[in-house]
Amino acid sequence: MIGLESLRGLQGALLGAGGIVLPHIDYTAILPELILLGGMLLLLVVAALSPRRLATEFYATATVGIGIASLVASLVLWKDVVSHGPFTAVAKSLDIDGFAVLFLVLVSCVLIVAPMLAVGYLRREGIEGCEYYVLALISGSGAMFMASANDLVLVFLALEVLSLPLYVLAGFDRRRAASSEAAIKYFVLGAFSSAIFVYGIALTYGATGSTNLGQIAAFLARNVLTSNGVLLGGVALLLCGFAFKIAAVPFHMWSPDVYQGAPTPATGFMAALAKAGGFAALLRVFVTSFPTLRSSWQPVIWVVAILTLVLGASFAVVQRDIKRMLAYSSINHAGFILLGLQAATAQGVAASLYYLFIYAFLVLGSFAVVTLVAGRGDDQHDLSRYRGLARRQPVLAGSFTVLLIAQAGAPFTTGFFSKLYVLQAAVAAHSYALAAVAMGSAAIATFFYLRVVFLMYSGSAPVEAGVSPELVEPGAASLAAPALAMAAPSGQALASGLVAAGGAGVEPAWAKRSGGGSGASGEGDGAEPPGEATTGVPETPLSSSPWTVAGLGICVGATVLFGIWPEPIIEFARLATTIF
Amino acid sequence: MTLNVSAYGPIVSTGLDSGQRAFPYLTALVLVPAGAALLVLLLPRARVAVVRAVGFAACTGVLGIAAAVLDEFRSGYGGYQMMSEHPWVGAFGFSWTLGVDGISLFLVLMTAVLFPVALASGMQRRDPKSFTFWVLLLESACLGSFLSVDLLLFFLFFEATLVPVYMLVAGWGHERRGYAAAKFFVYTFAASAFMLVGILALVFIHQSQTGVTTFDIRQLANTRLSGPANVLLFCAFTAALAVKAPVFPFHTWSPDAYSEAPAAGSVLLAGVMAKLGTYGIIRFDLGLFPHAVVELAPVLLTLGVIGIIYGGIVAAVQKDLKRLVAFSSLAHIGFIVVGLFALTGESLSGAVIQMVNHGLYTAALFILIAMIYERLGTFQLPKLRGLQHSAPVMAGVFTLVMLASIGVPGLNGFVGEFLILSGAFLTHRWWAVVATGGVVVAAVYLLWAYQQAFHGRPLPAAVSGGSDGPIGTGSADPGPPTGGAKAAPFREMTWREGLVLAPLVVLIVLLGVYPRPVLERITPTVNQLVLHAESAAHARIPALGRPGLTSYLHVAGAARTQGAER
Repeated sequence: MIGLESLRGLQGALLGAGGIVLPHIDYTAILPELILLGGMLLLLVVAALSPRRLATEFYATATVGIGIASLVASLVLWKDVVSHGPFTAVAKSLDIDGFAVLFLVLVSCVLIVAPMLAVGYLRREGIEGCEYYVLALISGSGAMFMASANDLVLVFLALEVLSLPLYVLAGFDRRRAASSEAAIKYFVLGAFSSAIFVYGIALTYGATGSTNLGQIAAFLARNVLTSNGVLLGGVALLLCGFAFKIAAVPFHMWSPDVYQGAPTPATGFMAALAKAGGFAALLRVFVTSFPTLRSSWQPVIWVVAILTLVLGASFAVVQRDIKRMLAYSSINHAGFILLGLQAATAQGVAASLYYLFIYAFLVLGSFAVVTLVAGRGDDQHDLSRYRGLARRQPVLAGSFTVLLIAQAGAPFTTGFFSKLYVLQAAVAAHSYALAAVAMGSAAIATFFYLRVVFLMYSGSAPVEAGVSPELVEPGAASLAAPALAMAAPSGQALASGLVAAGGAGVEPAWAKRSGGGSGASGEGDGAEPPGEATTGVPETPLSSSPWTVAGLGICVGATVLFGIWPEPIIEFARLATTIF
Repeated sequence: MTLNVSAYGPIVSTGLDSGQRAFPYLTALVLVPAGAALLVLLLPRARVAVVRAVGFAACTGVLGIAAAVLDEFRSGYGGYQMMSEHPWVGAFGFSWTLGVDGISLFLVLMTAVLFPVALASGMQRRDPKSFTFWVLLLESACLGSFLSVDLLLFFLFFEATLVPVYMLVAGWGHERRGYAAAKFFVYTFAASAFMLVGILALVFIHQSQTGVTTFDIRQLANTRLSGPANVLLFCAFTAALAVKAPVFPFHTWSPDAYSEAPAAGSVLLAGVMAKLGTYGIIRFDLGLFPHAVVELAPVLLTLGVIGIIYGGIVAAVQKDLKRLVAFSSLAHIGFIVVGLFALTGESLSGAVIQMVNHGLYTAALFILIAMIYERLGTFQLPKLRGLQHSAPVMAGVFTLVMLASIGVPGLNGFVGEFLILSGAFLTHRWWAVVATGGVVVAAVYLLWAYQQAFHGRPLPAAVSGGSDGPIGTGSADPGPPTGGAKAAPFREMTWREGLVLAPLVVLIVLLGVYPRPVLERITPTVNQLVLHAESAAHARIPALGRPGLTSYLHVAGAARTQGAER
């Protein structure tokens, strides 16, 4: 009797008015994610059931198909959002608005391009099987959920769904110790940052009584907290968690190591996706939930943005490994995207969205080139390998040039407008000093991008004695710059410091080289066999895989096309922000 | 094609609207070299002759279009002409707006003349395909900068010049080219960072006042700026422009870049690129921030005068002929700066014409020096002596160009310097007096250098081909084909070299003897600019504390008629 009673009680608790109510699930709202996850399962089943190993091309085709399907679904959702306005789904834990749909489109695009760029690598390294694609699809669905999540708990879950496959992808090349090392580093630090993030959620919940972003915002708008220490602590911890994901200084330490160690196509994928997902949630949480605390978090973002911009650019200058250089350059890019958040305006968010969209293509394409140049084994990443690349593979070098100068923000590429847009937002928010520092860091960044371009086009013929002395690292100069930046808060002083450091610092390095040359680490070795930089493994020719050609073509084509005709994506980003 | 009229101040409609859609000359000026550059990129590397032909055809075509622009240009009219306007990015208010007026017309022509010359002077170098590609891209970017009426478009082209120049200096320069190229790049790029922020700030202020987001300088010129904002924006713009020019304390990149660049690179850097800075000052500083210009003119004038004297003195002690010209260039830019900030119609006209003149004779000087280097493999004055014994024609051309650079009447250098100094004398007497000293210093260092290099008994090594003399270094240099120079005496100028220099020499003499057509076209625009600056400055500070600029205009106008009849 008692047992029956308690059973009924349990039943009542489960189904009754006060118990757990299964929310209505609007499947059309999560169709893109469902397509990814369903496709992923299908791939796994096919791989398990097929009598013989299927070629990697098969899985790539399937993944591209899944990506296109989710792109179509996202665009349908976009149409829906544009005509009917934003809506929340699944018990208000998902917010389907223009902002979210832009990321759905972005992730779909990444999932279309990334498999194309991975095929050549997987075949070259002899890693057959469906795992790479499956992991990419899971990670993509996590990024999608992250962009539409309207609840801190869901943000956390999505963050984990995004990150866990990335940890595995980082360690995907089991034969290379560096790859496993990268995976362990990424995992340990990532788990640590997740813990911090969860603690942030807990504190925020404690202070506001909700984890729903809309309710948090409503609570903060209605109530004035007399002592908001707990809330601020929670916000700070949330920021730490996000800053780790987007690799903002001072939470950037993992990124050069992981970027360097991870298999190169996975690095590109990681850079595009983790950054997009991280920024999506960061922008949404801070701009929708904590607008009332703006005066508290804006200065923090200001400092983080400046550190990220300057340190990212400065450390990139002294790298000899192209993947580490690109890792630091991606830190610099994160700083630019933070400008939009710091502005905390609709224009700023739109600018950040545009930047993220553009950046995904740039970074995917860049790492695709690095994959090819590294050759079999994927561990030849020294800058000297790029010497005379234009001679050996003109199309590849040309593509890389476009991608690099676009990252530098050269006119007539997408990079220019993305930088311009965030700067415009920063200036409109009166962050003049921040804008000036950002441009100063762009100057440093341009220097190291151009250095690679110049290396590629410096002929393999011996070029007199002073072989491209600009390769000699003006390390001292660049490291002095951030010190100056910290000493002098004003942008004016910083940039003059940069000029001074750039001017004065390069000279000793040059003098040192012409004197003995021993101080210039490695460059001498690189220059010794002129034209024969390919001492070990030969680099993979671009023509080896039509997939790579197609993927790289998309990246470069988008960079140039939308650099000359930026209107569509800018309008997309603007609309996405207005339907927020 | 509408001849849009408003240059500065309110849009005024005159009867210049021609109605029919004419050929888009200005767009063609920018796109022809860019298109040719892409064409060159597609050509096979081995087809050197085809590459050269395409390069020359494009440069000559641009010169032809520029000549057509000169023909179409209506003199006596101050505003922009031959506008081509196409909206580009509506969200930013960014548009492809090109226009030419009296200030930019001759800079465009000078650019169109100097590029074929530079291409010709650099043709024998290695890897002509890449060289031609970068030169053509640079030409497109330079012309685009001079023609842009949209501030962002100007910045786009202004920045786009950096990559080709970096590549030209780093790829084809002399021993320390990597260092020089990097220094040039970092300096100018970092400085232009301020300009971009300034541009965005100005547009933002304009937008908050009018609700219109635009980069069109004709509309931005009407922005009302508070005193501090005016000064800050002026400083942001001037930082970038002064580094590019280069004005005195920001010049340290230029001697390195000028002297390490290949001949074509020096010609383009000093001849064309430097003018981007001074052109930007007259177009943007004076057009957009006249109030700040009036306020800060003494500072800039002082910097200009320091540049004149300092550049002259440092040039006088140089042993390296190319560095000497680089520092003399600093002095000449100083004259232009004095002309710009003296703020009289006369000095401004002088500054504009001096920009053109400086481009012509500095280009000729760099080409001549490159010829000497090709023969002897050195720029060191102590290693040069008695060149005129074996090369009298070259010595003659050198003398002519040098005299133009000194500012001898009858040659083009005089016209600009005279107008600048007489204009500056009206408003800023003592600065003009000190600046005049610079003319004397110019005579000192150039004549001195000429004496050392061309006069005297030829060095024995230069005649007999000694083993450790300059000839030795010359033959060791892998770049220029010294050929049989080892035993032969210093070679005379060849026909080909003469042909390269001929247009420059003709223009130097022509502009010196008969500058009137040029001044006629420059003056209306300059007067309009002065009026705009005057009214804008007055509008904010009713009591200007010293006589208005217009009162000087009459004097300047009178002086100019005398000058023109001279």
